[in-house]
Formats: sequence, C-alpha cells, structure tokens
Amino acid sequence: MADSPSDKLASAEILNTPILGPGHDFASVTDKISAIVLSRRTPKWWILGFLVSFALVMLLMVATTYLLVKGVGIWGITIPIGWGFAIINFVWWIGIGHAGTLISAILLLLRQQWRTSINRFAEAMTLFAVSCAGIFPLIHMGRPWLGYWLFPYPDTMKMWPNFRSPLVWDAFAVSTYATVSLLFWFIGLIPDLATLRDRAKNRAAKMIYGLLAMGWRGSAVHWERHETASLLLAGLATPLVLSVHTIVSFDFAFAIVPGWHATIFPPYFVAGAIYAGFAMVLTLSIPIRKLFRLEDFITMRHLDNMAKVMLATGLIVGYGYMMETFTAFYSGNEYERFMILNRMTGPYAPVYWSLIACNIVTPQLLWFRKIRAKVGALFAIAMVVNLGMWLERFVIVITSLHRDFLPSSWHMYYPTRWDIFTFVGTIGLFLFLVFLFLRYLPLISIFEMRTLVAEEEKKEAAN
Amino acid sequence: MKHPETIYGLMAEFATPEQLLEAARQTHDAGYTRIDAFAPFPIEGLAHAVGFHRSRLPLIVLLGGIFGGCGGFYLQYYAAAVSYPINVGGRPLNSWPAFIPVTFEMTVLFAAFAAVFGMLAMNGLPTPYHPVFNVPRFALASRDRFFLCIKARDPMFDLELTRKFMQTLNPREVVEIEP
Repeated sequence: MADSPSDKLASAEILNTPILGPGHDFASVTDKISAIVLSRRTPKWWILGFLVSFALVMLLMVATTYLLVKGVGIWGITIPIGWGFAIINFVWWIGIGHAGTLISAILLLLRQQWRTSINRFAEAMTLFAVSCAGIFPLIHMGRPWLGYWLFPYPDTMKMWPNFRSPLVWDAFAVSTYATVSLLFWFIGLIPDLATLRDRAKNRAAKMIYGLLAMGWRGSAVHWERHETASLLLAGLATPLVLSVHTIVSFDFAFAIVPGWHATIFPPYFVAGAIYAGFAMVLTLSIPIRKLFRLEDFITMRHLDNMAKVMLATGLIVGYGYMMETFTAFYSGNEYERFMILNRMTGPYAPVYWSLIACNIVTPQLLWFRKIRAKVGALFAIAMVVNLGMWLERFVIVITSLHRDFLPSSWHMYYPTRWDIFTFVGTIGLFLFLVFLFLRYLPLISIFEMRTLVAEEEKKEAAN
Repeated sequence: MKHPETIYGLMAEFATPEQLLEAARQTHDAGYTRIDAFAPFPIEGLAHAVGFHRSRLPLIVLLGGIFGGCGGFYLQYYAAAVSYPINVGGRPLNSWPAFIPVTFEMTVLFAAFAAVFGMLAMNGLPTPYHPVFNVPRFALASRDRFFLCIKARDPMFDLELTRKFMQTLNPREVVEIEP
C-alpha cells in the first residue's frame, strides 16, 4: 500500500498530529461521512470485495450444510483432540471482537478523544466477529438444532443446564456480550441515522433511515439522556468485556489437562484478545482510510496510538507465555513439564515457534517511531499478529490435547478440507458484513465528530 | 395570521452552539417553561438551560441491574437446590461461588436493557410524527444548525409578543411550526 503525502511525516511529528485534519466544521464532517453512504455511485473495489466475500459466505453455507448432513466426522477432530478448529476459531474470533468494546467503552470512560473516529467501525467489527465466533460452538455440538438446551427453560425432561460448568457460563457470557454490544452500537447510531434521514434524497432511503432513527430530533433533553445512557452502557460494557474472555479462558483453565489448567489464563486471554482486536482494527482501518480518503479523520496519530496499544498488550501476552513455561518447570509436575517440552520440541514445534515469531518477535518493531510512521509496515505487522493469535489458540488447544496423561491415547491432529472451508467461510462472512456496513451505515460516528469539531473550536478560541 | 391554538409553537434558528445556549438561557430566564432546544450534537448545559434538571435514568438502570442479578442468582439456586437437587459427594447444593459468573452476566444484561429501553421510553421514542419536522430548515438540525422552540402551550405564549421576544435573541429567522 503506497503512502499518501500526509502519511509521509517525520516520525517526531506524529505526536503533534491532530486527531482531526484542519479546516473542518460541522457541515463538512457531516457531509463527508454521510456522502459515503448516500452516494449513488458504488465504488468498483466495493463491488469486487462484496462479490468475493459473498462467494466465501456461500462456501460457509456449503461446509455447514454438509456438516449437518454428515456430522462432525467430516472434520479432523478425533479422540483425544475433540476440540480442533471449531474452538480455535471461536476463541480467535471472540478475541478480535474485544478491541471494539475496549475502544467504544473503556476509552470513552478514560476520555480518550482519539477513539471518536475509529469507534463506530471497531464496534461493528465486534458485532461481526462475535457473530462468526458464535457459529463455531453451535456447529461443533454435533446436533446444533438442540443448541437451546444450553439455556434454562422449564422443559419436559425436568432438566436444567449445569450452572457449575464454564461451558454454560460461556453461553451466557457470549450471548450477553453480543446483545449488549448490539444495543450499545445501535444507541450510538440513532442520531446518525437521523442525519442520514434528513440528508437522503432517495425516498426509500429516507423511509428506511427514518424508521431506524425512530423520530430522533436532537432535542437537548434527549441528548442529555442519550449521553447518560451511553456512559452507563460504557460502564457496564467495561467489566462485561473483561468477563467474557475470562470466562472463555475458564473453558480451558477449569479442566485438568496440562497446558490448560493455569491461573494465569484469564488475564493472559484478555490481553491476547485486546492484542488481536487492535491488530484487526488496524487491518481494517488502514485500507478503509485509504479507499474512502478519510486520512483527515483517521490520522497517523490514530494509527500510532493503536500500534502502541498493540505493543503494550503484546508484551503482556509475552509475559503470559513466559509464565506458562516457568510454571510448568517450577510446578515440578512431570505432565506439565512434558507438555511444555512437547510444545517446543514435539511434532507441533514449528507452529509454536511461528507463534513466538509472530506474536513476540515481530511486534518489537513497533518500538521504533519510524516503523510506526509507515502505514505499509503497520499493516504488515497487524496481519502477522492476526496470524500469530490464531496460531496461539492452535497451540493451546491442539498441543495440550494431543499428548495428555496416557501415551497409549496420544494422537495427531490434522484439519480436513471442511475445517478449512468453514474457517475461510467465516472470514468471508465477516468481510461480507463489513462491506455491507461500509456502504449502508456511517462508518464514523458523525455526531461525535461534530462534538470533536466543537471542542477543537473551543480550544482554538481559548488560545 | 393564524390563531395561537392552531400552531405548535415558534422556532428560532441559530448558527452556533454558543448562540443557542445563550438564547435558551435568556428564554428560560424570561419565564418561558415549555421550551425545547435542538442541536446536532450534545451541548453541555443546554438541557439545564431549557429547564431539565435531573435524569432518573441511572435509577432505572440500577433497578434493572438489581433485578437481573437477583433473578439470575435465583434461577440457578432454584435449578440446583430446589427443582433438581443432585447430591455430589455431599457438596453443598447452593454452591454460590459457581453461580457468580451467570449472576454477573444477568446483572449486566438487564442493566443494559434498562439503560437502552429506559432512555428510549423517557425520550418518547419512537415518535412517528412530530410537528418540528414541518419546519423545512429543521432538516439542518442534524447537520450544522441550532434551533430553539417555544411551544404554544406555554402559559406565557402570545404569538406576537413571543415572536418579538425571539427576534431579540438574534436568530437567523423565527418561523411558526405547523401542528
């Protein structure tokens, strides 16, 4: 990806780069963002990307249909590796979602203004990633049509879910997370939908955005309650997002399998989730700012900040790997020790060392300002981290299971083509939803950008 | 000239948030009580200027959270200790530490429902029809213009006097709102 002139900044200038390009007022931010949605001309790259991702969604449909017909035997899972790709992908996707909530909720509470222009699509990314994540445990059950058994309802068998099981906690955590993220996202969208309603020329667009905006008219009292609700939701979403990956890590940590049974799992999973999520936000925002010419709104300062968050969380993840290794030896438990040696030197050693190269070694480049100032380099590092986080979940799930206590039951795990089709299919579904979102909803929160303009004007007046 | 009862109110348009805030304060100080201000983004102090004091939303969210938490815990207690008790090696049926995650999730879920639906209900949304949209330039209230409305049902409302008063606030224009 070629750097645009505004990207070619001397590295020291980044910190002085404003979070909003110069010369913008209320009207210009409104028009620029809403024009992306309301323009009658659909960009060619959009049509191409949409078609490719749609084709991959069809692949997902085929893979899932074949799975429903034949059963989970079409996958590479065996005994003792009962979890395979489905759980690797589940954890990977749900982790990616976490950055969206971090940006929309935690950075809101911390009053980080730079979050404004990336918060909307990061939240959308959360929703789409959680949708992809939710598919996997469901289809992994073998009989997905009985998935509702996870929820408590007075059934004729007089049975209840086992509330002492992390898998049931997981069902509650992920569905709560999906619901709250959707509500939070929609609340933020209402004023922008009203803007689209007022600016749309097309009658059908006016109707649809009008219905969704629910008659929002920007009354001062409404804004007051809207702000209160947003802050409260941010306050609720903050512990929620931390709880979700904590509970996902309980799925592993509550088991006695060596390599899973570790108290460091919750914080290490949460840090990994934010790490993976910021990598994905960078992966998406770099092409988006380029293709929609939004360099004024998503500035180098944003990319720099995200790179720093990635570096910090990456170091926490590195600490997690280190402690895992240390604890295995310090415990004096022969199974734990074998597990870690098997990871490093066993049949899956190349995967383990690739993971270390992707997640620990490569991101160290982000220490250098010069590298953080290069858009292409940031994109490449983000892609490497995306891959590395997937490998991490592979290592946790597969290498822990494939050689456990009993050598007679040891086994290797190889994914089949259906595992790969399903995984690639969910990447397609994710991109498909992202493409739809980019074309039909404002990808940057317009009203928050107007607030930002007002604050910048106040600052200027004060100077 | 229309009779006061046949209009919803008068609407003044301003170019900047500062002008609107000042105008809202003056209108409130002049004794008008049925007023509303419209802006394309939240303006600090504007709700207070039009006479809005405290939102009850936080209380509703607290109640939602308490309901969700108690309900979530009771659900698990009922399932594990009342409806289908299983004795596992004499361990307590009401194993409350294991019930905390679901209790927490239910607290957050119901508090979030209360925040979202409470906000919408108190704001009276969805509103399928509202007279302010009859002002053609009101479409700019979601872009870069700021509006102040004095409703006809204000006890002090008098079409001529109120119009004159609004002209003194230095607006771009003052228009009548069709009901």
